[in-house]
Amino acid sequence: MADASTDATRLATEARDRVRFEEEALGLADQVYRVARHLAPSREEAEDLVQETYARAFRSWRSYTPGTNLRAWLLRILTNLNIDRGRRSQRAPQTTPLEANDYYLYDKLAETDGADDEERVLERLSQDDIVTALSAVPHDFRDVIVLVDIGDFSYQDAANILDIPIGTVMSRLHRGRRILKRELADSVLEDAS
Amino acid sequence: MTQWHDDPCAHCEELMQPYLDHTLTEQERVEAEHHLDECDWCRRRYRFEESLRIYVRQAVNEPMPAALKQKLADLRIPLN
Repeated sequence: MADASTDATRLATEARDRVRFEEEALGLADQVYRVARHLAPSREEAEDLVQETYARAFRSWRSYTPGTNLRAWLLRILTNLNIDRGRRSQRAPQTTPLEANDYYLYDKLAETDGADDEERVLERLSQDDIVTALSAVPHDFRDVIVLVDIGDFSYQDAANILDIPIGTVMSRLHRGRRILKRELADSVLEDAS
Repeated sequence: MTQWHDDPCAHCEELMQPYLDHTLTEQERVEAEHHLDECDWCRRRYRFEESLRIYVRQAVNEPMPAALKQKLADLRIPLN
């Protein structure tokens, strides 16, 4: 009898921990989707990826260490799934991205606008311009921008999620932002011409 | 990497991202701020970058579809 009641207690504790884990993970779903939306190539793929991530997380909840960063843990699953889904095969024809210096976008916008007030210059960029330019950034760079600048992950978390050194996170972030600005400048100048 | 004495605005441009990321050393930060206090040209470009980062974050923020949220909740493993 003692054994049966110990078992029952253990099962009850486990059920409680699992429910707690699931609720905590679901509470982060909006934030996970926000990042997934721009890691995946399309909205549909982002939705699939998030579902697959949660299915896997719910199955392997025991491998999560309570008290550690659950959002980073979920994103690590998601990133691995994204790579497994064939993104690696797209890696081959990667061309060298165009990168300009950090003031390039501002200079181009101010030059064509004739105004240098920074808020007015910013108004030249539409939401679509930003989304399109971000999707044009090669994914090695985009992943880091999405995690750090959009997902608010620390460099260390981004390094863990992507399984790359922290120095690589920083250099890709700096280069990636320059590529993004270059893409933005190109799209706005194209619209204007 | 340029230096302050070569071309101050080019050097200030190189420091912009680490400045906004708060990863400069104390000395570099003080030097950058000293230049920014005096240089309207660089100051404008720093302010633009700061606003751009906020704008990018807002522009790409797409709420999760309600149907997806429900699908995720349905993935929970039922209690026996």
